[in-house]
Amino acid sequence: MINKLWIGLIVLGSLCLILTGQSDVLNNQILTSGKVTLELVMQIFPLVSLWLGIMNIAKESGLLQKASNFIYPILHKIFPDIPKGHESFSYISSNIIANLFGLGNAATPFGLKAMESLQKLNKNKEEASRSMITFLVINTCGLCFVPTTIISLRMLYDSKNPSYIAIPCLIISFISLLFGLLIDKIWSKKDGGRK
Amino acid sequence: MVSSLFIPVLVLIVIIYGAYKKVNVYDSFISGAKEGLPMAMSMFFSLLAMIFGVNIFLNSGIIDYFFEFLKPLLVLINFPAEVLPVAVMRPLSGSFGLALLNDMYKIYGPDSFISFLASVIQGSSDTTLYVITLYFGTIGIKKIKYALWVGLLTDLFMVILSLMIVPLFF
Repeated sequence: MINKLWIGLIVLGSLCLILTGQSDVLNNQILTSGKVTLELVMQIFPLVSLWLGIMNIAKESGLLQKASNFIYPILHKIFPDIPKGHESFSYISSNIIANLFGLGNAATPFGLKAMESLQKLNKNKEEASRSMITFLVINTCGLCFVPTTIISLRMLYDSKNPSYIAIPCLIISFISLLFGLLIDKIWSKKDGGRK
Repeated sequence: MVSSLFIPVLVLIVIIYGAYKKVNVYDSFISGAKEGLPMAMSMFFSLLAMIFGVNIFLNSGIIDYFFEFLKPLLVLINFPAEVLPVAVMRPLSGSFGLALLNDMYKIYGPDSFISFLASVIQGSSDTTLYVITLYFGTIGIKKIKYALWVGLLTDLFMVILSLMIVPLFF
């Protein structure tokens, strides 16, 4: 899937650039993509490391487990495949909470840890499990109380009420999330039935 | 305000609770933080592949031809043509979408209807392709099954929903 998409992006993009005589743009992309990626990873890496450190304290002190027991009843309905008391629940809930408060930097390491622990439960290590896809759907919906980047951009251009945007965003992303979870449920049943 | 207090309070609670439970907080922090390096290493390569592909595609101008082609259709369903690039870009690239939004604010002002609609579309979802690449790439998943389809369908649903709901707020 990703393989085909990748081929499509590169072949279509390159052909379009070559045919319109903009091969310099193409050259530029080939030369700079590595640097752009490294800069992105360098931005994420220190924060991920810092949060992984903090999270490890929470894990060893049992705080993470406590938070996870608290949120278990809801998450169990969304992730029926994960056994009770499994560590992934605490990472998933931390990720959702961090996302809700618009803390993308903190949400990413929680999400990575959640995926890592879901991978431990996964039978086929190269194939995405049902729980992983459900977790991904929750993350791609971008459910958030404060869309900070957009609010600050609106402030920059002197909007009359910059944070007003948060209300429709929250409503729409919440309904989309429900829709996503529904589609995910239907698809996973179909997928499971085919085997 | 709330979000500026959230992180410090959270960090403080974790550290104080750890000390109360007699965890060696300092050592625990370091051994946790060490996991960051292998994580960063494994995310680099999948992100490199995706950024490379997405940037060639988005900078090629192919999307502009696509929009020209779609314009007459958009008029039919009352979809403002200026908002389409933001909607299409949303699942592909976060920074591209933000740059487009910036241009729209410059031209139409942040409080115009089309800017508002575009902002809601930008703010009601996350970059699906980036999230999939980051999470699945880092843990080494090769077969993503139906994940991309569910993500993209949800994004499409979100755009249609925004078209219906945003006028109520404006």
